Amino acid sequence: MTNNLIIVCLLIGITLLMALYRVVVGPSKGDRLIAINVIGTKTLVLMAIISLILKEQFFLDVVLVYALISFTASLFIAREIRNKNKNVESAE
Amino acid sequence: MIDIMTIFLIIVGVFFFFVGSLGLIRFPDALTRAHGAAKCDTLGAILILLGLILQTGFQFSTLKLVLVIVFLWITNPTATHAIARAILGTKEGDHKI
Repeated sequence: MTNNLIIVCLLIGITLLMALYRVVVGPSKGDRLIAINVIGTKTLVLMAIISLILKEQFFLDVVLVYALISFTASLFIAREIRNKNKNVESAE
Repeated sequence: MIDIMTIFLIIVGVFFFFVGSLGLIRFPDALTRAHGAAKCDTLGAILILLGLILQTGFQFSTLKLVLVIVFLWITNPTATHAIARAILGTKEGDHKI
């Protein structure tokens, strides 16, 4: 079972690279933010799988805290993009 | 039997991850990318975590995984909705709709 889980980790790593392509290339800020959100979710799943491979319980606490931080970061960056855009419109 | 179910759930989850990333690369527009990525990502993460729950059995860590699933199910669509609303205000979102 452990070998299968390691293979799954590698496959998720490939999809992570595909999302990273959009972060690097993405034409607008919104594209990059969406791709970063996806990368956060995938990292979370990866950490849960690694906790099962290494048989360490405390990795799941890290997963919970990472989910909280990723959600908060996405919300605040989205709000920042929105506010900045409003200021630009009112200045014009 | 439990191993087979775990492998099945994890393979379906990885498939949804792959489809979501493909949509992230191939779609032409920021809003369509949000549509494709968010749904596939939520479903894939939840399927893989369900597979891990089957593998851990009945322990205290199972409760933590269930908590992660509930949290993801609530927060992931919320974050994507906030991002999509932020995109809709910019110039890119305006002339497409």
